Amino acid sequence: MPSGPIKIIVPCGSLGAGVVEEEVQRGVALGAHAIASDAGSTDSGAAYLALGMSKNNRGSVKRDLKILMKAGAEAGIPVIIGTSGQAGGDLNVDWTRDIAVEIAGELGITPKIALLYSEQDKAVLKAKNAAGKITALAPLGPLDDATIDSCDHIVAALGPEPYIAALQAGADVILGGRTTDTAVIASFALLHGAPQGASWHAGKVSECGSQCSVHRDRGAGVLLTIDQDGFEIETLALNNQCTPHSVSAHMLYENSDPFRLTEPGGVLDVTDAVYASTDDRTVRVTGSVWDPKPYTMKLEGAAGGRYQTLMLVGIQDPDVLARVDAFHDKMLAALYDRARKSLGPEAGDFHISLRMYGWNAVSGDKPPPGTPAPRELGVLFVATADTQELATQIAKACNAYFFHYPISMDKELPSYGFAFTPADVERGQVYEFKLNHVVHVDDPMELVRTAWVDLRKEEAA
Amino acid sequence: MATVRQVCHHVRSKNAGPYWVTLDLFFDGPETFEKYGQSPALGPDTIQRLFGADPALVKRFAVPSLNVVKISYARAAPQGGEVERDMHCGQQYVRLLDVQLD
Repeated sequence: MPSGPIKIIVPCGSLGAGVVEEEVQRGVALGAHAIASDAGSTDSGAAYLALGMSKNNRGSVKRDLKILMKAGAEAGIPVIIGTSGQAGGDLNVDWTRDIAVEIAGELGITPKIALLYSEQDKAVLKAKNAAGKITALAPLGPLDDATIDSCDHIVAALGPEPYIAALQAGADVILGGRTTDTAVIASFALLHGAPQGASWHAGKVSECGSQCSVHRDRGAGVLLTIDQDGFEIETLALNNQCTPHSVSAHMLYENSDPFRLTEPGGVLDVTDAVYASTDDRTVRVTGSVWDPKPYTMKLEGAAGGRYQTLMLVGIQDPDVLARVDAFHDKMLAALYDRARKSLGPEAGDFHISLRMYGWNAVSGDKPPPGTPAPRELGVLFVATADTQELATQIAKACNAYFFHYPISMDKELPSYGFAFTPADVERGQVYEFKLNHVVHVDDPMELVRTAWVDLRKEEAA
Repeated sequence: MATVRQVCHHVRSKNAGPYWVTLDLFFDGPETFEKYGQSPALGPDTIQRLFGADPALVKRFAVPSLNVVKISYARAAPQGGEVERDMHCGQQYVRLLDVQLD
C-alpha cells in the first residue's frame, strides 16, 4: 500500500506501440506503484470491434506485454491494461489473455489475471433502451432495436470501478475490455485515495504516453506522481521533457471540448488548471476539478456492411493529366454503364467510386481552375456491392475499361500502369460504427463481467 | 488581409470519436490570437461550406493560455463508411489554411 504520492508508469501510448524496457526499469527504480496503459482506440475504425481482431500484430503486443509483466512481477506491482486487443470486445480480451498466459509460462511467473469484460448483451440493451436508460449523443438520434440488432459487437466503455475491484481482489495483471483511456490510468490512484480531479487529469494527459512531451520521437513513456494537491508528469526518457505547453496542449488532442471531458460518473473540468515546470523535465498540474454526474457508460457498436473490390492504376499520360476531372467523369460514367449492361439487374444497388490520388482523392473536391497537372496520377477503383462475389464481378466487368479507357477517341487505346495480376483485390466488408449513445446505470459494475485466470492456483493444483 | 496559414504556426485536424472532428488552430502569438481568434470567418458557416457540417453542430472554444482556437464539428458521414477518404480526418485541416480572416 503506497504511503505518500502515488507513482504510475504509463509505458506507451498503446500496448504494442513499442514499450522501451529501460524506461520501465527506470520508472520502477523511481518507486512506481503500478504500470497502466490502454491497448486500443476507436481511431482506426470499426473493423477491430466488428471482427474482434487486433490492429497490432501479435508479436508487438506480446513483446510489450512481456516487458511489462516481467517488470511488474519483479517489482511486485500490478500491470493494468485497458481496451485490450484494440477494441476491447470479448474476443479482443480473450486474444490478449492467451498472450498473457503464454508470457507467464515463458517467464516462469504465476500472476493472478483479472479479465474485465465490457461486451454487452443485446437483450439487456434493448431493455435498458425501453426503460429510457439509453441517451443519444449528437449527431445521432434515439436508439432503436433494429440498430442494436445490426451490430456484430457492442461494448460499453468501463470506468475505474471494475479495475479498483480487481486490484482489491489481488490482481497482478488486469486485462480490461473497452474502457475510457483515462479510467485505466486513474484507477490505481483512485483506489489509494488520490483526489478525483488530479487522478483523472493525470490519466488524460498521459493516455498517449510521451505524446504530451516536447520530443515525441524520444522514448515512449511517462511517469505520473499524484498527491493530495495535484500531480506531476515527467518523461521516462532522460533526453526528453514535459513543459507546461506540451502538457496543456495535449488536453486538446482528440477531444471535441478542450476543458471538459465526460467520463463515467462525472466530468473532468480543467478550465482552471495551472501547469508549471518544477524542473527542466517535469510539469506540476494543480486546479483540476472533478464534477460528479449520474453514472453513464458510452456505447460503441460495430457492424459489417457491404463488400468492396479494388483495382489500381498509375497514369503518366500527359493528355489525361491535363484533364483529370473530365477524365474522371467520363470514365466513371463508362464504368457504370459497362457494369449495368454486363451484370443486368442482378448487380443490385451497387456503387463505384474512383479516387484520383495525386489530384483530389483525399478531399473529393474539384480543384480550382488553373491547378497544375500532377506528374503522375494514381486511380483507385472501388466497387461496393451486396456480396463480395458481386463486387468482384463488377470489377471484372470494368477491368478492360478501367485499364484502357481513352481520354480521346482519335488515338490508339492506351494501357495504364497496373502492378498486379489478377488486377482485382477483394477488400472484404465495409465496417462502420452504429452507436453514439450512453447507457445510464445505477451500479458501475452492473454491465461488467469479471473473470479470473489465477496461475498461482493452477500451479498449486 | 490574413489567411489562417499566415497567422497560425500550426493547424491540425483529428477525429474525436467516430462522429466528430476537431480542428486546432495554434496562433503565432497573443496578438494574432486576439485579433483573429474570434473572426466570423471561423464560424459555423465556413465549417459548413468546407466540410458539409451541420452548422448547428459546430462548437468553437478559445484557449487563451495556448493562443489556440479549437473548432469541433459533427462529421457529415460517420467514420469508415463506403466512401471514406480520410479515416482519422488528419488531412481535413488543409482546407482551412487559405480561409481569409479579415
